Amino acid sequence: MEKTTLNVEHLCASFFTDHGEIRAVNDVSFQVPKRSIIGIVGESGCGKSMTARSIMRLIKYPGKIVSGSISLVGKELTALSETEMSNVRGEEISLIFQEPMTSLNPVMKVGKQVREVVLLHRRVTKKEAKAEVLRMFEKVGISEPEKRYECYPHELSGGLRQRVMIAMAMICRPKLLIADEPTTALDVTVEAQILELMKNLRDEIGTSIILISHNLGVVAELCDYVHVMYAGRIVEQAETFELFDHPRHPYTVGLMNARASLEQQQTVLDTIPGTVPNLAALPEGCSFAPRCAQCGGRCHECVPELTEVLPGHFVRCHLAQQGV
Amino acid sequence: MSNIIRRIGQTVVILLGVALLIFIMLRIIPGNAIVTMMGEHANAEAIERMTAELGLDQPFYVQFWRYITGVFSGDLGTSYSLNRPVGELIATSFPNTARLAIAAALFAWVLGIVCGIIAAVRKNGILDHLFMGVSLLGVSVPVFMVAMVLQYLLAYKLDLFPISSGNAGAIGYVLPAIALGWNSAGSIARLTRSTLAEVLQEDYIDTARAKGLRRLPVITRHALRNAVLPVITMMAVQLSSLLSGAVICETVFSINGIGRLAVQAIEGRDIPLLQGTILFSTALVILGNLVADCLYSLLDPRIRKEV
Ligand SMILES: Nc1ncnc2c1ncn2[C@@H]1O[C@H](COP(=O)(O)OP(=O)(O)OP(=O)(O)O)[C@@H](O)[C@H]1O
Ligand code: SF4
Ligand SMILES: [Mg+2]
Repeated sequence: MEKTTLNVEHLCASFFTDHGEIRAVNDVSFQVPKRSIIGIVGESGCGKSMTARSIMRLIKYPGKIVSGSISLVGKELTALSETEMSNVRGEEISLIFQEPMTSLNPVMKVGKQVREVVLLHRRVTKKEAKAEVLRMFEKVGISEPEKRYECYPHELSGGLRQRVMIAMAMICRPKLLIADEPTTALDVTVEAQILELMKNLRDEIGTSIILISHNLGVVAELCDYVHVMYAGRIVEQAETFELFDHPRHPYTVGLMNARASLEQQQTVLDTIPGTVPNLAALPEGCSFAPRCAQCGGRCHECVPELTEVLPGHFVRCHLAQQGV
Repeated sequence: MSNIIRRIGQTVVILLGVALLIFIMLRIIPGNAIVTMMGEHANAEAIERMTAELGLDQPFYVQFWRYITGVFSGDLGTSYSLNRPVGELIATSFPNTARLAIAAALFAWVLGIVCGIIAAVRKNGILDHLFMGVSLLGVSVPVFMVAMVLQYLLAYKLDLFPISSGNAGAIGYVLPAIALGWNSAGSIARLTRSTLAEVLQEDYIDTARAKGLRRLPVITRHALRNAVLPVITMMAVQLSSLLSGAVICETVFSINGIGRLAVQAIEGRDIPLLQGTILFSTALVILGNLVADCLYSLLDPRIRKEV
């Protein structure tokens, strides 16, 4: 039996614009162990969504995967034809988007939208598929499933719509669920419920989850393993406890401090001084150098490698590497 | 439902207003219909008798009241020049106009929608630029030019189609339909392209792809359903305006429809007939708009509830 659900290696993805190539995902490697929840955190624009879309092979034009390997339980996704890939989507990997308000088709009943996934990937009659949808609605905590089945998206609250999205994503019991900021648009109580629900589904169905978030609190609560991204690169990866107890990368430390300085509730990560670098014109050497208090001589010269400083704890920083 | 009822109420008021407007306009334009009808040399006494007989000596509001009550009981008056009831004349011309309108609409819609979809899906591709260039011609070249070019090349030079369509059967409607539908095809193509291209950017299209749907079903099942609303509305408006008669196209191809009837009325200073045809055409357009509005409400679940 394979122990990892997903293995991403040296993934690079870029937008090819009139102003040149914008490398949104830069040499990203990580694993998703079976039945685990891993987190990807970072400021807006650091390439989290692009990583998620690369795995689904749903990058928006003019973006493209440039190189690297994405393997789902031994199956190389980058080598699949478009038709083969569409069989993987929804069946083996699902994606939940950030915006529950706009992610559902406004002119189609939500029940039918979920049923469509079942009909697409399972050989069942419409009636059986509907029964399946109603069971799933119950499982994700949608009360009065029969009634909700007939609703249009605008008739449901944000929390309910996100539950519908989760039902849609989980109904085929995928091996991997990618949740791209699934609770950003929701209020805090609903957020807690939705996260709890995802955890339960992981336990019950055994799906591995990639949780993408701005919010360190969310990640700390749910994830087994965390990857911190900055300007398209992973700058630190470690088990959640290790990362929170001993953050090594100055950027991660900045994130933690920013979080501590804010009062518990809104833990948005935009309080590190300076701004996110322009991906089209990254500084020479370490991308974080312009904002880094510990920046030293070598930092401007060469890009630090992602190095294992403790078993399972990787950091991309010259300073942290010396400190071992 | 109250919304639709209110719209119908509005429409009735607009129709009455339009009837009044037409009635006034036809009475302030110069030229005495009675004189035209009876010939320049009719004696004054005869003209006076005729005027009284037609009620033209009555005060304006009495004339209008008579006219409107007549309209509601199905009596549009009698044509001076053809000496037949206006209602009957319209009823015999309308089928010809309807055939032409339906043929033109089908041509315009099939061509416009197909090109619009291809252009949206291949946005900024060669086909997109080609179709949009041609459709710009479509919306900007006047009907008479298309009609005359088609007639000259395909009917006169190449002899593929009859020059005059009046008694030529279905084949006779091909060229007029193209000439008349040309504009509509351009507008429909452009609207289809822009709404569909916009819809294809929506998040729910990504959701549909993430479910595992292939490209084509994403377009047919998810994108088109959202893009058709404004297109259907435009189609309803177009059909009603096509049905209201095509003066130029009917004249060029000698089709005896509403448009030609109106031209005859003008030539003969036949006020009852002109009044009847204009009222009929305007009513069709206004009703078309009403239908378009109602369709929109019925098709969009977001406003259906409130309707
Ligand atoms: N259509 C595009 N053309 C050019 N660059 C783009 C395009 N879309 C995104 N990018 C760039 O790709 C980078 C990564 O975007 P991505 O959406 O992955 O960020 P993110 O980490 O998900 O941010 P957020 O937290 O705001 O969702 C961004 O810096 C953005 O500038
Ligand atoms: S490599 Fe240098 S600039 Fe970059 S984070 Fe480490 S110390 Fe800061
Ligand atoms: Mg994002």
